[in-house]
Amino acid sequence: MELFDTVFYLFALVAVVSGAIVVLTRNLMYAAFSLLFTLFAMAAFYVLLVADFLAVTQVLVYVGGILVLLLFGAMLTTKLISVDLKTGTIHVIPALVLVAMVGGTLSGLFYSTWSDVGSSTQGPAAATTAPLGELLMTRFVLPFEVASVILVVALIGATWTARRNRSPLT
Amino acid sequence: MESLPKVVPEFLAWLPRVGLSHFLIVSAVLFSLGVFGIVTRRNAILVLMGVELILNAANLNLIAFSRYSGLNLDGQVAAVFVIILAAAEAAIALAIVLNIWHRFQTVNIDEVSTLKE
Repeated sequence: MELFDTVFYLFALVAVVSGAIVVLTRNLMYAAFSLLFTLFAMAAFYVLLVADFLAVTQVLVYVGGILVLLLFGAMLTTKLISVDLKTGTIHVIPALVLVAMVGGTLSGLFYSTWSDVGSSTQGPAAATTAPLGELLMTRFVLPFEVASVILVVALIGATWTARRNRSPLT
Repeated sequence: MESLPKVVPEFLAWLPRVGLSHFLIVSAVLFSLGVFGIVTRRNAILVLMGVELILNAANLNLIAFSRYSGLNLDGQVAAVFVIILAAAEAAIALAIVLNIWHRFQTVNIDEVSTLKE
């Protein structure tokens, strides 16, 4: 047990507990703020796994973008008269069975297959931002460009779809 | 790693050393929670939160494999694309949810079962 393991177990606890709150609480706002803690714990995992650029991107995009977007959606889609922001659940028992099967199978599979992979295959830790940028500009330049086009199309489409009165574009 | 001091209290010493499977199991748990959220929630926003949990679990898998295969960066590049597509998906899904709200005055997805009014 060293610092790496301690930090991992701490953030694993945070991620799993707040992830459970996201899917179990009846209050929309509690779910959103628990998702915040889950996303921060994921960023901590990325730091542990020497993905420094991705950890920063996780905080910027997920916490600064997607979570704020979800909060806006939650606030815009509730009646002002009934401000309780409560939400119901449906068919919980079949979902529990399904999730227990899926989660158990995945965990068992992962543990039986990869439990002998320890720190010996980690390789030396190094800054990844510059090599990541080089990869995006050389081997992965086509997916990179396609992703940028998809992002532009999706954001323009979302802006147009969310308008209240859709007059034809002139 | 060998030079780091022991900072763990004795009652936690029974926990095993962290390897690849620990990250994978955490991601499997988060994936299961995301599936549970998608299946059981009625509010569309909370279904979207389940989707975000699933995408994060997939990202954790990619980065863990990238780290434990000698810091091979292909996994991290894939994770970058997952984050890009998650942002696009969230924007479009929120636009659709807002439209559903304007039309039906509800975002409970089991009540929105018609394609037109």
